[in-house]
This record gives sequence, structure tokens and C-alpha cells, in this order.
Amino acid sequence: MEENSTGKRRWHRFEEWDARPLRLDSFADENPEDGFAVFHSPYDPSPSLRLAPDGSVLEMDGRLAADFDILDAFIAHHHIDPAVAAEAMAMDSAQVARMLVDINVPRARLEHLARGMTPAKLTDVLGHLNALETTFAYSKMRQRHSPGNQAHVTNAKDDPLQLAADAAIAVALDFDEIETTMRVAGNAWANALACTVGAAAGRGSTLFQCSIEEAEELKIGLAGLATYAETVSVYGTERSFVDGDDTPWSKAFLTAAYASRGIKARCTSGASSELLMGFHEKRSVLYLEARCLCLQRAMGVQGTQNGGIDGAPLTASMPAGVHELLAENLLAVWLGLECASGNDTRISESEIRVGAKITPYLLAGSDLITSGFGSIKAYDNSFNPSLFNSEELEDYLVLQRDFQVDGGLVPIMEDDALQLRRQAVDALSDVLEELGLAQADQAMKESVVHASGSNETETFSPATTLAISSSIAARGLTALDIVRALAKRGHERLAENVLVMLRQRVSGDYLQTSAVIRDGKVVSAVNEPNDYTGPGTGYRMSPEKWNRIKSIRGTINREHVLKAEGRHEAPTGTPTLYGIGRAENGRDPHEVVIGISPAFGERLHQTTAGHAVTDVLDALYSGILSGGGLPRVVRIMHTADTSFLGLTAARLSGSGYGIGIQAKGTAIIHQRDRLPHLNLELFSNAPLVTIEHYRRMGQNAARMTWGEVPEPVIVTNDGQALSARFHTKVALLYAIETEMTVPGAEPVDQYFATPERNA
Amino acid sequence: MNQPQNHADIYPLSEKAPELVRTTTGLPLKDFTLEAVLEGKVGAADLAITPEILRLQAGIARASGRDKLAENFERAAELVAVPQDLLLSTYELLRPGRASSPTVLRERAQALRKEFGAERIATLIEEAADVYDRRGLFSKRF
Repeated sequence: MEENSTGKRRWHRFEEWDARPLRLDSFADENPEDGFAVFHSPYDPSPSLRLAPDGSVLEMDGRLAADFDILDAFIAHHHIDPAVAAEAMAMDSAQVARMLVDINVPRARLEHLARGMTPAKLTDVLGHLNALETTFAYSKMRQRHSPGNQAHVTNAKDDPLQLAADAAIAVALDFDEIETTMRVAGNAWANALACTVGAAAGRGSTLFQCSIEEAEELKIGLAGLATYAETVSVYGTERSFVDGDDTPWSKAFLTAAYASRGIKARCTSGASSELLMGFHEKRSVLYLEARCLCLQRAMGVQGTQNGGIDGAPLTASMPAGVHELLAENLLAVWLGLECASGNDTRISESEIRVGAKITPYLLAGSDLITSGFGSIKAYDNSFNPSLFNSEELEDYLVLQRDFQVDGGLVPIMEDDALQLRRQAVDALSDVLEELGLAQADQAMKESVVHASGSNETETFSPATTLAISSSIAARGLTALDIVRALAKRGHERLAENVLVMLRQRVSGDYLQTSAVIRDGKVVSAVNEPNDYTGPGTGYRMSPEKWNRIKSIRGTINREHVLKAEGRHEAPTGTPTLYGIGRAENGRDPHEVVIGISPAFGERLHQTTAGHAVTDVLDALYSGILSGGGLPRVVRIMHTADTSFLGLTAARLSGSGYGIGIQAKGTAIIHQRDRLPHLNLELFSNAPLVTIEHYRRMGQNAARMTWGEVPEPVIVTNDGQALSARFHTKVALLYAIETEMTVPGAEPVDQYFATPERNA
Repeated sequence: MNQPQNHADIYPLSEKAPELVRTTTGLPLKDFTLEAVLEGKVGAADLAITPEILRLQAGIARASGRDKLAENFERAAELVAVPQDLLLSTYELLRPGRASSPTVLRERAQALRKEFGAERIATLIEEAADVYDRRGLFSKRF
């Protein structure tokens, strides 16, 4: 659009900005009245705490005990530790903030102090940290030694075969937890069974959750078909809590109920959920979350899933919103909770904002960096698209490699992935058949094994899936039935992997804070606590882990480059190029010398644009002829640098004009009296140069010998990141060139003839 | 079961003190094998955690400085024997507006205390009864 609404002509740059994905995001003004304030609202209470001699709380954060709402009451009774409160509340908030980033103050000391602090006090402390300090403090305070990650495994059809295949892939990618949910609630049991079988493929053993209504989730857990739950939602205001149909006591009861069934539980909270629920009490987002988190510690839950979650996009729309999400994660770990640090909801349409959002977490590490990485395609994610989905999975793997950090995932190779998917699908279809639940034919299995997402599958009908699920529930099938079916059909390894998880249920080890199961063993904040106290301490990747993280797909090295070049070794019938003797200074006033590099047509046979070097040489040659010049080809051995190739050629040339060219295609026109790096024309972006460009360069050089000033040949670049695409190859190619240089070697005249000219 | 002296030394139970781990039917962890499952010696009851294990885990949590988590495990230990229906109906009763008066909650607390020795759970429910009363959470919501 040329004109805006006022009829004024616009600067086109703004129109371009309007068209970027970023502009689809919404951005909110700060406004505490409407609950849009992240770190501080004028309506937040000032920190205060008054205790009776018996330790009971008389007043907290400006409110008398008689006026406590349900959150205040629970926090005052169960969170506030009277033995610590006086000391903790008296401390200067800025000083506590400094302690959070001080490597000399142990984590345990800070966790101790947090037990004596009210939500307003904790909020006040966090307000003193900038984003970098918050990130650093998170790294110091997080609970488990090593980071981890969680995957969403769902699909739009609730297809059990695809769930099994995708669960197997999630495990192969090293996710510590798998969470599934359904489009149709009745499919819960089929989902749980499929993921249990799939997750047992390959190395097996990962925590698994089937997210559904609590009663059903408890039943599924009891049947051994789920090991954790994170749907224990809490809210920061009383009215939101009540509208969420719960109270702190009902949630505390539920938390104990999960543990009584051997299920690891974590709460869900997070910024802005109160705004979405309509009851924010004009308090800041962080203060409300501080109430949620104190409540969670008080309830005795081992951990939390916070950092926005469903409210993340809303929080990210506010100034400093993304910083606040980090701060609330920090508060969770400061309170000694496991933290599944959000990064699940897609907060933006901008890939740059998405990448930036995840970066602090990659740097700091987190018990579970995302509380749901879409290991499946965005459209298959039944929780809504995650911050990262399978589409961007390789980007994430490369970010780990870029920063040398463990983001909880490792690359998988294509053949291994395919084999695993087949194993999982075969195993599930055998289990379904063995248990008399359904029959999957070969075509269905094949379509699922190869499908990227459910749009591509030919699988069970929705009615069949629902029937499978109802039947599992009605017959009271358990994980033991799966174990038997797997073993009976020859999948002993998978049966054993399912069994490993069942044994873990009995010992209850994974109920402890930040527990995950790796290679059949529990790793938690109890047996492997975060012990960061500065450089050289805390989690460092093992060389083996780093090797796996480094091994992304499609890396290249010298052998690959040379092998690729070998394909273009001059076949018969292509131009002839060989040395015929030492090159002398030319005499013809219209001579143009083409100085070729040491490897040109020797060890390297194609330019980065993919042209055969002899075709390029022929184009330069015929261009010079067409411009009225006399071409001569000389191989220069003492240098591989374009400028010096060009200058050497120019000095040999009778006209004083010469062209230098490297095997990778970088070419230059030089003149004998000029400084080395002050050339006449340069093709620096070799990948974009066409044969016609080279021909015109040759022609221009020839016209210069006639005293003309021809129009320079412009190679247009439409903004590609050419360095990212080519520099690895360029550096390797150039190393081959420089390796072939011989200091002091004299240039050698070349016989060069195309088949046509030979004829 | 004797409580070990130092809880910090027995975690993870499955690796450091497997002899302390038994299923509800008394099956030791070392006998929880694929063969046993195939021979039908392991049943659905063996998938449940026991109160003893939850109390051990409570001790472990307390030894690692997590007293609130320990209290949760102790409450959980009291709920192991509570049947699923009663468990769910108690949860339901604790939701806002489900009980019509504090008495209903106190009666449930007393029943759990009496029948299952669920002292901690009962205390939690009684605490809820007091606060719900003061905050008007006994009013009907639907």
C-alpha cells in the first residue's frame, strides 16, 4: 500500500516491517490497573511479616491473619518457617539479590533464607536482578546437576501407531520425559499404552505422562501406564483458584494422592494465568506467581512447571515480560522446587524472538528446559504449538552445538530413526494384536513409519482408536499385560524396558525432587544435586556427551570437499590445460594475462558456483578475445591470494592488465601499477558468479587495454547469508590452494585449448 | 521394617538399598523380573507403592533438607490404603462449594483418621474446613 489511512505517502521501510511475521504478535502497554505489569505494580503489598510468640503468622505482606485469603492462609501456615523468618525478612533485598549471583554463597544458604520470606519479599529481591543476573542465578540455583528436557508426543488423529513411533523418536533424542494428551478424551488409554510401548523402543526408560482429568490420570497411573503428572494447577488469587475449581487444600490432597499411587507430580502455575482467568487484583505478574510458588513449596510438591505456560504469550506481550518469565523460574528453584521452565507455548510468530527466548535457558541449563518441546509437527501438537516443534528441532540441536551447551537433546541419524520407528510400530501392532485390541495391516504400518505427521498417515479409523482405548479401560489391562504381550511376540528388550519403569514405581525413587530416569537409573537433586560454585564446578558436559551433541547432520571436512571436487576431474573431451614453460613478460599492448591459482584445474575442478574451472577459464578467454584483447594463461605458484594472483598476472601482461582467478571462482582485474589490494574489478561472491559474468569480465579487461573505461560487471546479491552457506567449504578449498603454493616459484605459461579450438 | 539410621546413604533405594524394597504383596525388588511376570507371579497389586517406601522416601527428603516434600510423602503414605473411590470423593469434597458445611469435611476427616489412621490427612482436611468457613467456600457453585 502506498498511502496510509491519513493519505500520507509512507516510507516504504515501514511497509516492509508491517509484512514481517513479528507484526502478527501483539504488544501490550504497561497498565497495572488492568493487570499488565510484570515486576512491580503500585497495588503490590510491601513486604511485611509479624509472628506471634508461638510462631503463627499475625500479619503477612500488609494483611492481618483475620483477612487472609485461601492462599495467604496456606502460605502463612505451611510455607513460612518461623525459625528463619525474622532474619530473612530483615535482610536488605538488594543484598539478597547479590547473594543470588555470588558464587561464594551456597545454594543451601539461599534456600534456607527463602523459607522465611513472604511472596512480596521474594518479589522485591528478584526486582533487583537484570536479565543476565537472573539467568546466572538460575544456573546456580537450579536443583539437579545435569539439565534435561521434556517432549510432547501427540497427534491430531490420536493415532496409537504414530504415538508409538514418535515416542520412540523422543526417547532417541534423549528427552527425559514424554507428555501426551488427546484430542478425544476417551482415547486416553490408547494414548498411554501406545506411548508406553513406543518409549520402550531403543534405549527405553523415560518418565511418561498422560495429561487428562485427575481421576482418569490416577487410574492410568495405577495401571502402570503413566509415571508422572503435571496438571496440578494453582493460581495466584483466590478467585482464580476457586474458578479453577480448587483450593490449596484440594491441591495439596491431590499431590499426596499422586504420590500414594507412585506418580511423580509437579504443579503448574505461571505468569498471567490470573489475567486469563479474569482475577488479577491489579497485582504484578511476578508477585502473583510468587504466591503460587510459596504455596507449592508449602503443599510439599517436588516441583513446578512455570514460566508462563498458557500465559506466556500474554506475558511476552508486556514490557520486560520475557525477563519476568525467567525471574519466576528462578524463584521456583530458589524455593527448592524442580523447575520445568516453560518454553512450551509458542510465544511469537517471529523466529528471532523464539530463538532469543530459549537462549538464556540453554546457557543456564534447567531441570527440564522446556515443559513440552513439540517433538512432533506443530499441527500434531495437541497442547498447541510449542516454542520449538519438530520443524525447528535441528535448529535447536545446532544452538546446543553453537554455545557448547547441553540442552538435553542429542541428534539422531536418519537410518537409525527409521529403524526405531519401525521397531516401535511393529511392537505396538503386535501388542494390540496379542491383546486382541486391533489389527494393523502392513500398509498402515508403512505409512506411519515414513510419515512426518498425521496428515500423511493411512491408519486406524477414529472409531477403532476409541474402541481400543475403551477396551483397555474396561478390561483393566495394565502395564504387566503389555510386558507379557511384548515378550510373547519376541520383543524381550522392550518388555525389559517397560519392566525397568515398573520396578522404579515400587522403589519410589523418582518421586524425589527433579528426578528423571536415565539408562534405567534415577538421577535427581538428591543423588546428583547442582553443586555450582563458580568456574570449573557444576555441570560440565562429558567428552562423550559433547561428541554426541557435536555430531549434527551434514557437517563437512577436507575429505568431503576433496571427494566432491574429484567428481569434476577433467573427463576426456574437456579442455586441455598444461604447463609449457616459464612465463616471460609479454610484449603485445593488448595482451591480457589470466593468472590461475596453484590448485586451479589441478586438485580443484569446480568453483563454489558449481562451474567447471575450465568452463570459467574458457569464458574469460573468449571474453578477452571478444573485447579485442590477446589472452594468455599463466599458472602462478608462489601465491593463492586473489589480489597477488591478479597483480602478478598484470605485471606479466604486455598491456599491464591481468586477471587473477582462484579455483573456487573468485576473480579480479588488476593493473601493474596499482597497490595489491586496490584492484579494478572483483568478483568476491564466487557462488553467485555466472559464466556470462566471467565472459564480460574478460571483455572488460580487454577493453581496458584500449584505454576504455568499461562499465564494471556487477554481480548482484539479494541478501543471502553466503558466508554461512559457503565459508566452511571456502576455507577448506583455500587451504588446499595455499598448501600447493611454492614460495619463490616462477609463473608457468599454460597450454589451454577447448575441444572446439583444438579442432 | 526398621528405619535405617542415615537416610542420606540409602538413596536411590533401588540401587543402594534394594533389600528394603518390597511390593504390596511382599515381592522383593530382585524378584520383580521378566520371568516372574511371565510366570504370573507378579500381579497388578505389585505395581503399587507401599506406605513403608513412602515413609522411607520421606526420610530421604528430610535428610536432603526438604521437609515439606517429606510431609507430602507422609500424607501420601496414609492414602495408599484408601480405595480409589474414597480417594477421589475426598478430593471432590475438598473442591470449593462441594461440601455444604465444615461439618461435612470434619466428618470425612474423622472417618479417614479412624479407618486408615490418616492423621496427617485428617488434620489437613480440618484445616481446610476452618478456612473455607471463614472464606465462604461452602456456598453452592453449580
